[in-house]
Amino acid sequence: MTAATEPLPPPAAAPPRPPKAMRRAAARRRRVPYLLLLAGVAWLLVFFVAPMVYQASTSVQTGTLEDGFKVTWHFATYWDALSEYWPHFVRSLVYAGIATALCLVIGYPLAYTIAFRAGRWRNVLLILVIAPFFTSFLIRTLAWETILADQGPVVSFLNDVHLLDVTSWLRITQGDRVLATPLAVVCGLTYNFLPFMILPLYTSLERVDGRLHEAAGDLYATPFTVFRKVTFPLSMPGVVAGTLLTFIPASGDYINAELLGSTNQQMIGNVIESQFLRVLDYPTAAALSFLLMAVILAVVTLYIRRAGTEELV
Amino acid sequence: MRLIRRLRANLVVIAGVLALGYLILPNLVVLAFSFNKPKSRFNYTWNQFSTDAWQHPCGVAGMCGSLTLSLKIAVYATLAATVLGTMTAFALARYRFRGRAATNMLIFLPMAMPEVVMGASLGTLFLNMRIQFGFWTILIAHIMFCLSFVVTAVKARVMSMDPRLEQAAQDLYATPTQTFLRVTLPLAAPGIAAGALLSFALSFDDYIITSFNAGNSVTFPMFVWGSAQRGTPVQVNVIGTAVFVLAVLLVLAGQLVGGRRKARG
Repeated sequence: MTAATEPLPPPAAAPPRPPKAMRRAAARRRRVPYLLLLAGVAWLLVFFVAPMVYQASTSVQTGTLEDGFKVTWHFATYWDALSEYWPHFVRSLVYAGIATALCLVIGYPLAYTIAFRAGRWRNVLLILVIAPFFTSFLIRTLAWETILADQGPVVSFLNDVHLLDVTSWLRITQGDRVLATPLAVVCGLTYNFLPFMILPLYTSLERVDGRLHEAAGDLYATPFTVFRKVTFPLSMPGVVAGTLLTFIPASGDYINAELLGSTNQQMIGNVIESQFLRVLDYPTAAALSFLLMAVILAVVTLYIRRAGTEELV
Repeated sequence: MRLIRRLRANLVVIAGVLALGYLILPNLVVLAFSFNKPKSRFNYTWNQFSTDAWQHPCGVAGMCGSLTLSLKIAVYATLAATVLGTMTAFALARYRFRGRAATNMLIFLPMAMPEVVMGASLGTLFLNMRIQFGFWTILIAHIMFCLSFVVTAVKARVMSMDPRLEQAAQDLYATPTQTFLRVTLPLAAPGIAAGALLSFALSFDDYIITSFNAGNSVTFPMFVWGSAQRGTPVQVNVIGTAVFVLAVLLVLAGQLVGGRRKARG
């Protein structure tokens, strides 16, 4: 990453009016970026922006599948959806929030190890982080069913050390089961989105100059102080990027809640999916989608403002 | 003091290795259970070692068909997204123009949007335009969500390239086409390759967006999802493991070639 400021094309027109051919060349050159953009931007406008706009109109429609839907500016759909499904919203945000925090706690040491302590193993470790991606994430999530199975080694171990009593008391597991409990869903979410945390963390840690650590050490900072005052603040861009990349998809996810949880752990994604694909209530599905986006936007804005002012200074 | 420091340093490494174990563990389980001979339809508990599934990887109705469909879509989506994305990335990295900030935003949004929202809205649009769900709608959706990732990967690479190399080529009387083919493109290639690889992986693996736009077509992730309720066949583990091993080998080979090239140059 050498170029912090990007190269600019030379200014098109100089004071003495250039000959016609040159002016034409400059005009052609100005057209180049638009021509390059045309296809990609058009694709996103038609298949990303237009659906969103259409979705907005769907959310204020009423009707049935047989008679067709009409825009009636029926904003009550939003209210009805929110009053019926607010527990799902809360649950999605809580699960996604916890999973994001866990990803940060679990991912940071790994990113740190790869960036500063791996030496010639660095590339191997990076490959190992990316490698799980190559097995379909559905298959890997199903593997968690095996790992957390009722008579499986993990559950027996947790039972033996009486941790399950604690987690049951905390209401994150039930009896001597882990599957079909909040713990399983959060475990799955954490697992699924961990690489999205590690990679940005690694990218920003890699840019931190190791000599800064030495300098801090020379100034009698303890390793913890070095981390708190030097390493962590410098890795803040990675922390912010990683948190967003983890939190946003996690709050819309429904795979983990479906495969590892029970009906008591359904997230808002599960509701949108079933409203759209099974109940065929498109206005409600659309309203829920917009509510989800609004909630995420609010949380993310708040977070960026906090992370941007307090911790970054 | 030194001992404590060393211990603390190793503590980080130990935590890191544990995290890596957490990441790899399910893959090991998938590998192990691809050699299982399950007692019932459900391949959750270990019963008996067997290589049956590896000998008959296509022995399950519908699975290899879905695999072919997924591969086909991933190839087409990757080709399209890579071409469109590379063009967009060059425009964004090399030119200042009106609407650049808005375009950057447009590229960023699909990556920051929950998949369920994107899938549902695109599905609603297709539904209301009465477009038949199937191969084409899946392909359109996949190109849409892969595009941003390709743009991001290529843009990062192009922005770190030294524009003076291209100027040097022009000074040496290379035509714009020659400059592009012999200087710019080779320099941007690692970014383009990374974008293409990412796009292939994303497309091959996508379940959420696909499920809203697939109609009756069944991609491999959709097959896995459907089979999860009825009991996943062992062959699913075989495919998962095979793809994993192949991909790791490919990446390792790429690393070796890249490393050797770097050593030479």
